[in-house]
Amino acid sequence: MKRMMGIINLSERTEYIKELTLNRSIGSLPFAGRYRLIDFALSNMVNSRIDNVAIVTQGKTRSLMDHLGSGKPWDLNRNKDGLFVFHPDVSSQDIVQRKGDIEIFKDHLDYLNISTQEYVAMSRSYMVASVDYENMLRYHEEKGADITIVYSKVMNGSNFIHCDTVLVDNNHEIHSIGKNMNNTNEVDISLEMYLIKRELLIEIIEDAIQSGDADHLKQCIFNRLGNMKVYGYRHYGYVACVNSLTNYYRASMDMLQPDIYSELFRGERRVYTKVKNEPPAKYANTAVVQNALIGSGCIIKGTVINSVIARGVTVEEGAVIKNSIILQNANISKTSNLNYMIIDKNVTVSAEKHLNGDINHPYVVKKNAVL
Amino acid sequence: MSQFKKEMIAMILAGGQGSRLKALTQHVAKPAVPFGGKYRIIDFTLSNCTNSGIDTVGVLTQYQPYVLNNHIGIGSPWDLDRQHGGVKILPPYMTVNGGRWYKGTANAIYENIHFIDMYNPEYVLILSGDHIYGMDYGKMLKQHVNMAADLTIAVKPIPIEEASRFGILTADDTDTIIDFEEKPPVPKSNLASMGIYIFKWSVLRTQLIQDENNPESDNDFGKNIIPKMVHGNFTVAAYRFDGYWKDVGTVNSLWEANMDLLREDTPFDIYDKKWRYYSPSTISPAQYIGPHAIVHDTLVNDGCMIEGSVNNCVLSPKVKIGRDSVVQSSVLMEGVEIGEKVTLENAIVMENVVIKSGKVIKGTREEILVVES
Repeated sequence: MKRMMGIINLSERTEYIKELTLNRSIGSLPFAGRYRLIDFALSNMVNSRIDNVAIVTQGKTRSLMDHLGSGKPWDLNRNKDGLFVFHPDVSSQDIVQRKGDIEIFKDHLDYLNISTQEYVAMSRSYMVASVDYENMLRYHEEKGADITIVYSKVMNGSNFIHCDTVLVDNNHEIHSIGKNMNNTNEVDISLEMYLIKRELLIEIIEDAIQSGDADHLKQCIFNRLGNMKVYGYRHYGYVACVNSLTNYYRASMDMLQPDIYSELFRGERRVYTKVKNEPPAKYANTAVVQNALIGSGCIIKGTVINSVIARGVTVEEGAVIKNSIILQNANISKTSNLNYMIIDKNVTVSAEKHLNGDINHPYVVKKNAVL
Repeated sequence: MSQFKKEMIAMILAGGQGSRLKALTQHVAKPAVPFGGKYRIIDFTLSNCTNSGIDTVGVLTQYQPYVLNNHIGIGSPWDLDRQHGGVKILPPYMTVNGGRWYKGTANAIYENIHFIDMYNPEYVLILSGDHIYGMDYGKMLKQHVNMAADLTIAVKPIPIEEASRFGILTADDTDTIIDFEEKPPVPKSNLASMGIYIFKWSVLRTQLIQDENNPESDNDFGKNIIPKMVHGNFTVAAYRFDGYWKDVGTVNSLWEANMDLLREDTPFDIYDKKWRYYSPSTISPAQYIGPHAIVHDTLVNDGCMIEGSVNNCVLSPKVKIGRDSVVQSSVLMEGVEIGEKVTLENAIVMENVVIKSGKVIKGTREEILVVES
């Protein structure tokens, strides 16, 4: 019997990553040469044998919907349950942010009511981590918790600015939730993955609507910290939060570390994504590739060092790409030179162009641009 | 019935063993032998069907069908998972009169007359699942219709000295075939049959029944049906094809065809966006190339981790090559793991083989080594 359903909530703030989210949600941001960020949240759920998943969207959704399709890559194209996508009734982003996601949950309360699973696993799309909700559920029941929140003790808080922090006691109980502003030290970061009984979630949402004291689900849960048992479930593996351009760049570069790459992609828990029919990547005689992730369908004739290259990119002879992220189908022409750059989809960089960003402020070339 | 009517459906003969491929076809039929890193040989024929607008395909299996069945599945990679038509696997079967294996290529089609009748097509395209090539069957059909032919055979000009290895056709200057000889010692022409036939279904249907009722017949297209039609009262046309076409019948020719993909002036373009070759994809991440790796003239697939040096190779998904290893002129199948300081040359390494650190394994150009676990 499947005991959990899943909700992935995309009402995320995008102001620190807006260069990349003009045309897409954070969830549909390309990542690690092959994936979209939401693949991690979705794969965590299906790897935990959850097969009833709702995605609550916000803002621009065309690229997300194109990616999700019928949910087939995640085995979520089901007769019973499967993948559901809920859009806000009014799609303008600022209205959603003003009113909060409770409004969306209210509109789709029916879905929660007719679902049959006992528990709901909730997640965001911007966390890159491999989390097992089945273990989390065992822990949740052992503790007799009302709500369990995944957290990670991170050494460098500055990589997690604007994330939620949790105050956990020795018994793993959470007593308060705050915001990580400029903490550069060790800090307990919430991965914003929650486990809660379905009935309780419905009660919380109905209460919030009735009393009108909270616009965001997160807020409702914070408000109840005192009178519920809220436990922290510690995640020991890799985690990144892609809520800013700097963090997107940093997390992408993390994928070049073999231990992180192996943990996320080569273990038993796979990351699933939409299938593209690309041929193999081709390396020419003149190719120099060191410390790089290369997507399928690429044709590499130039130099690629410390970089992440997505599917279908052409790097012509003499082009030099260092410390950069190149998204799908870009064309990097002869003798161009890129350093600390993020090149969005379908961009053409013509010959002899020299483009430099900075490690803390990588420069973004927008989708479809011809330089 | 009429709502399911198709102009042309394809039947792919995929039951052959390909015994000259030795260890490579011990557990899989020849059409299921991996090629080009992410494909299996039959992918090219199936993709040609899809790209030519054929949406109904029967695949006739017999020898070691498991991997092939599993690979084709319900046909989603080729968009052949259809409400009407799509791809269907057609193995030999039992009837009230008993069961039997397919006796020959023509008998295999004969046994599936009911399948073809279901779609009531005007034309039937008979294909082999053994060849690597890209061809628009739509153009061939157009010629077939224009010439009002009963049978059109795709032919490829080959060097005359090789002609005695093939079925050789002689055509007049209107491309009407006037003679056919199977592997002639003294060839009269250099047009080799590619084993690709378009028949008018009503004609083929009658021929198949007559052939089945002839106890002398081997029930084979090349030996029986085609010669009979060429020498009988039928219009048999040649469709000339000049592109890349390779029958990878031996270990060396399979290796060579893989190496063909690596050339700068490759005669076979798998990157053409208008003519894509489809195959089921593995669930694996982007390939990782380590800080000390050297990768030249090589095709690499998803999930590979390369830390050593690779030159002139085709790497299937999830291949691992350790540090200080030197791999040259080889084809590595899915999941192969090469340790550190390994030397490997002129080899085809079978799926999931692990080569321990320090090993030296070398084949030669004349005799490509097949490395099994």
